Amino acid sequence: MIAAAASEGPPLLLATSLERRFGVHRALRGVSLSVRPGECHLVVGPNGAGKSTLLRLLAGLARPSAGTIALDGEALTGAPTLRQSVGLLSHQSHLYDDLSALENLAFAARLHRLAGDPTGMARRRLAALGLTERLDEPVRTLSRGTVQRLAIARALLHGPRLLLLDEPFTGLDPAATDHVADLLAAERRAGKGLVLVSHDVHESWELATHVHVLVRGLWTIDEPKSGSLEEFLRRYREALHG
Amino acid sequence: MGDLFRAAFAIAGKDLRVELRSRTALVSALAFAALVLVIFNFARDAGSVSREALAPSVLWITFTFSGMIALNRSFALERENAALDGLLLAPVSRTAVFLGKYLANLAFVFTVEAVTLPLFVLFFGADLRGVISGIAVTAFLATAGFVAVGTLFAAIAVRTRFAELMLPLLVLPFLIPPVIGAVQVTARLLAGRPMSEILGWLKILALYDLVFVTVCLLLFPALMDE
Repeated sequence: MIAAAASEGPPLLLATSLERRFGVHRALRGVSLSVRPGECHLVVGPNGAGKSTLLRLLAGLARPSAGTIALDGEALTGAPTLRQSVGLLSHQSHLYDDLSALENLAFAARLHRLAGDPTGMARRRLAALGLTERLDEPVRTLSRGTVQRLAIARALLHGPRLLLLDEPFTGLDPAATDHVADLLAAERRAGKGLVLVSHDVHESWELATHVHVLVRGLWTIDEPKSGSLEEFLRRYREALHG
Repeated sequence: MGDLFRAAFAIAGKDLRVELRSRTALVSALAFAALVLVIFNFARDAGSVSREALAPSVLWITFTFSGMIALNRSFALERENAALDGLLLAPVSRTAVFLGKYLANLAFVFTVEAVTLPLFVLFFGADLRGVISGIAVTAFLATAGFVAVGTLFAAIAVRTRFAELMLPLLVLPFLIPPVIGAVQVTARLLAGRPMSEILGWLKILALYDLVFVTVCLLLFPALMDE
């Protein structure tokens, strides 16, 4: 069982009773999440459920209206060095269209103060994602799938211990999907904590050790993975319509 | 401190590289500057306003508005693909992000000013011999403060729906002191007035820089945190 591979010990990420309000709208209503090294938490839910908002809070890009987030026991709003432990893949690539793949990653390597040659490091990370061609061409000339792999490479570049991934398989062809799934499985086996938001449960099911269903800002399912995918999908549909 | 400047230089270098690659803002700013000078040159009523009287104001109006184009571009490029989030996720202080954007904007606006100055001489027949160093010092002092304020407000404006419209509305009121100061110094320099008449205005420009660069450095982190 994949779930059994998750390690015991203190949580890498501990989010408690998170709330996020936009005016009168409550995007998140008391969501808690504990991620230990080696765990992959699959978060699913309908559009507008609050999944992307949750990832932004966990990444420290927005502050919760209420609740706390701690990374290794330290408040996420603390020292900038804490951000070194977080890698975020969002709907947006965080890339500069006029720079090449290599320049984008080398810039990220400089910002993350990675030891060694930033360009060499960028080249190695791109190779790990199967990106070895057109590295010097501007990002705006690359295909959607290539940009997605590039964005994943950027999120993984600094070896973060916590990976927050919003739809990592979007725009990828089957071969690239398998490649990325293998890469994320390797990251999880290496003791990284993953929070994976996805609409496509099928592609992410194998990776997951825990499953969460978010509906209108609330967990309706929040538990370690057990049973079959079909069973989960049945309960997911019930949660959506119940 | 070393990390702060390393990150700031990396961000500034990236901004300049992007601009060199696309030349979007540079070409727009220079074309705009040339147009302003041409319009003022030909729209002037030669019988009632002399070129010498108009020249200092025109120079600083040109610098200010073409600089605005650079400032608009500064954070607009961070909006593409939510690149700003990428910056904010990095383990660098928000102060380093501000400094990086500020340095890149300074380099950009100085470039625009350096190219615009010969055009100004061409259209307005200004004799800069003997006063070029004074003009350079004035430009440095006025630009340093105005770019700091502009960088801060560009970061605010970029989060609004009409960023390009918002920035001038937010920034221009704050630019009145340095523009007035720069116009006064330039007018006196071009008229060959003694240093004693200029020094007070230069001190005001330096004070403006000190206050506003400090305030912007302090405010920017809080602004980015939410």
